[in-house]
Amino acid sequence: MAAEIKAPAYRVFPIAPAVQPGAMAETKSFVASDKIQEALGFPGQLVEDWHDRAIAKMGDLLEKYRSFKVFMDACVHCGACSDKCHYFIGSGDPKNMPVARQDLMRSVYRRHFTLPGKYFPKLVGARDLTREVLDEWYSYFYQCSECRRCSVFCPYGIDTAEITMAAREILDSVGYGQKYSNEIIGKVHKIGNNLGLPGPALADTLEGLEEDVKDACGVDVRFPLDVKGAEVLLVTPSADFFAEPHIDSLIGYGKVFHAAGISWTVSSMASEAGNFGMFIGNYEQLRKIALRVREAALELGVKRIVVGECGHAWRVAYSFWNTLTGIGAGADDPYAIQLQSQLDHSYKQPMHICELTWDLIERKVITLDPEANDKYVVTFHDSCNVARGSNMGDFFGGQFEIPRNIIKAAANHFVEMADGTTREQTFCCGGGGGLLTDDLLDLRIKGSLPRMEALQQVVDEHKVNFMACICAICKAQFTKVLPYYGFDRRVVGGVHQLVSNAIRLGDK
Amino acid sequence: MIMTIASIMFAGLFYLAAVLFAGGLAYRIRDYARTPAPLKIPTTPAPLTKGGVALRMAREVVFFESLFKSNLWTWGFGWLFHAGLALVLMRHLRYFIDPVWSWVAFIQPFGKYAGLVMLVGLCGLWARRFLVDRVRYISTPSDHLMLALLITIAASGLLMTFVSHTDVIGAKNFFRGLMHFGPQPLPGDVVLMLHLLMVAVLMIIFPVSKLLHAPGVFFSPSRNQADDSRDKRHLSAWAAQLEAKK
Ligand code: HEM
Ligand code: HEM
Ligand code: SF4
Ligand code: SF4
Repeated sequence: MAAEIKAPAYRVFPIAPAVQPGAMAETKSFVASDKIQEALGFPGQLVEDWHDRAIAKMGDLLEKYRSFKVFMDACVHCGACSDKCHYFIGSGDPKNMPVARQDLMRSVYRRHFTLPGKYFPKLVGARDLTREVLDEWYSYFYQCSECRRCSVFCPYGIDTAEITMAAREILDSVGYGQKYSNEIIGKVHKIGNNLGLPGPALADTLEGLEEDVKDACGVDVRFPLDVKGAEVLLVTPSADFFAEPHIDSLIGYGKVFHAAGISWTVSSMASEAGNFGMFIGNYEQLRKIALRVREAALELGVKRIVVGECGHAWRVAYSFWNTLTGIGAGADDPYAIQLQSQLDHSYKQPMHICELTWDLIERKVITLDPEANDKYVVTFHDSCNVARGSNMGDFFGGQFEIPRNIIKAAANHFVEMADGTTREQTFCCGGGGGLLTDDLLDLRIKGSLPRMEALQQVVDEHKVNFMACICAICKAQFTKVLPYYGFDRRVVGGVHQLVSNAIRLGDK
Repeated sequence: MIMTIASIMFAGLFYLAAVLFAGGLAYRIRDYARTPAPLKIPTTPAPLTKGGVALRMAREVVFFESLFKSNLWTWGFGWLFHAGLALVLMRHLRYFIDPVWSWVAFIQPFGKYAGLVMLVGLCGLWARRFLVDRVRYISTPSDHLMLALLITIAASGLLMTFVSHTDVIGAKNFFRGLMHFGPQPLPGDVVLMLHLLMVAVLMIIFPVSKLLHAPGVFFSPSRNQADDSRDKRHLSAWAAQLEAKK
């Protein structure tokens, strides 16, 4: 790898780059050690009969997931998705084109599961699963952030993220896991959150936070932990507890609850909204991690479950929690009813912190003074999992409008980035989907190119100096890559950071 | 009339093709239908209701909405090809039904030109496979052959329509005969035979090729699910079993 990692130059014309085969072939995130693998019940090392087990696993997934099966068959190689991936735009490596990424898997699918691939492999681009192909899978399926941008543009909605998840699941099952994601999942099970912050440390942190806020604004804003009978259980990414700029949003949530007089608590058992089970496509892990929230909710007896600023966590919460754990409504089975009868259904379950805040603003329960943010010209980066994998409010496109509404209530100067880079067409920050690790820094910088170009444009034209977002991974990724593109790292921040600055804290 | 060897072979070929086409397609559709979609994965923003989903799907199938957002060239050629194909196929109904329905009779004059439109679309799509480096990179031999096959069908059809007219009544009798299991002779026209041979090939490969995109689009979870995951519990059979185990 190059000694010094540099950002690619902005494109003169915003069109697809020429293909440069092999440009990212050497990029490969660290492989998980046996200890990390075994903690999750995966084989510690590449098993001897990996070929047969991989094919068998593939067959198993084809039976379990209609998405996988239909997406393997339906692609017509039209190329509509080929220029839509930020990793292709940033690197030019054709295997980072969504269709080519799928073809890494599809070629093996055709060989083993279709007649033409069995008898005429060359004709239909079918390949045997060799060790080289397996390594290629590892390399390129960990160069996909599962952002679903490609699925917006495909005429059949083929979502490369689904293929990536299947590939990672197969790789894990033969003992070829990724260090970053699997280590984090291990920490969630062992300690309770992705960052490995144990209960007592969390209690200290929250106490310290209360003092800091008291010093800063003279009000006793509480940050409660494990309070039984609280109305709201807040489940938020653990980065919110101490990373910059995440913590400023946590302060924002605390102030909102304070100003509205809503009792709330964090849980030490479920001190993590993130769910990397989704990233590795493993249903059991996805479910097991989600179940912590169910248990915490039952134990604390809360009436509402609210999720903090985190993109993939919100996708899991909004789209999957009802399925996985019964957090939601409309169930008719005893398992889910146990929890659903405890929850207050005059509110959506689960609810995004932005839904909660916007509702309070609309009902004039809380008041914001946008002048407090007059030093900022704000733009909004739609996070991919929120934009393309979830919703907010009860209306079409609520996930776009509600955060923007809050920003406009909290700040006077708001501008949009260019069309085609926002809302459902938003570009990934470049660090999502289990790629937020320093061994993939080069890829992360390249993948952020389209977003950085769009940001540069509004910086030049409108003097934007604050890019708000609602995702812990986006915040961490931008904090890291902004300097490579010549920006101040503090340009990125949370929506509730703006709320925190602007909210009026009465004596409620 | 005498049955030539060619007639007998074509009769056999079309029975075989019809069985493989219908059987294969039925098998694939059943397979898609019974494979569960365990998680809610509509690409959002997605319609909140079933009715909305039907509309979204209709826009995809009729207008290729997503493709339109994506790439205007591909959309233009692709849509011309499919719209032309649809009209041509409707026009072809006259070979199989008697008396011909009035709407099929009505579209005959337009259907003729639809074949040309279809050909233009196909040529445009094929050109992309050579001219755009990204599309060139992903094209397999079968992608090229598929286009060659369809172009051969369209070109031979157009040749019969506009240049060397074939015995349309004879062709119709042949297929009506097949449908009633009383084989009739096939007109001895090389262009017609080429046309039919290629059509049979198309039918045979349909259920094992990327032509499965036609049924596939209706089963795509990212397009056919409503965005209602918080209001309704969605649980597949195998996922429910995990709960029972607990
Ligand atoms: C439900 C009906 C169908 C829908 C919604 C549909 C949609 C599409 C779309 C959106 C594309 C991609 C754009 C393009 O390349 O044109 C495509 C490609 C294609 N379709 Fe269809 N299609 C349908 C039926 C059919 C049928 C019946 C055939 C076969 C005769 C067919 C043959 C093809 C071929 C060969 C391509 C690839 C073109 C290429 O190589 O670029 N389609 N289809
Ligand atoms: C068993 C099925 C088929 C039969 C018996 C058949 C027969 C014919 C005949 C007799 C013609 C000449 C029409 C005339 O002279 O006016 C024709 C034209 C044509 N055929 Fe077919 N054909 C069949 C299937 C197909 C299929 C599946 C396609 C497309 C994929 C196709 C595409 C065309 C085109 C584009 C033309 C020229 C335009 C037109 O006259 O509509 N045919 N076909
Ligand atoms: S899901 Fe996102 S990262 Fe993955 S191939 Fe599609 S556009 Fe690229
Ligand atoms: S847009 Fe869809 S059908 Fe077209 S090449 Fe990409 S994945 Fe395949």
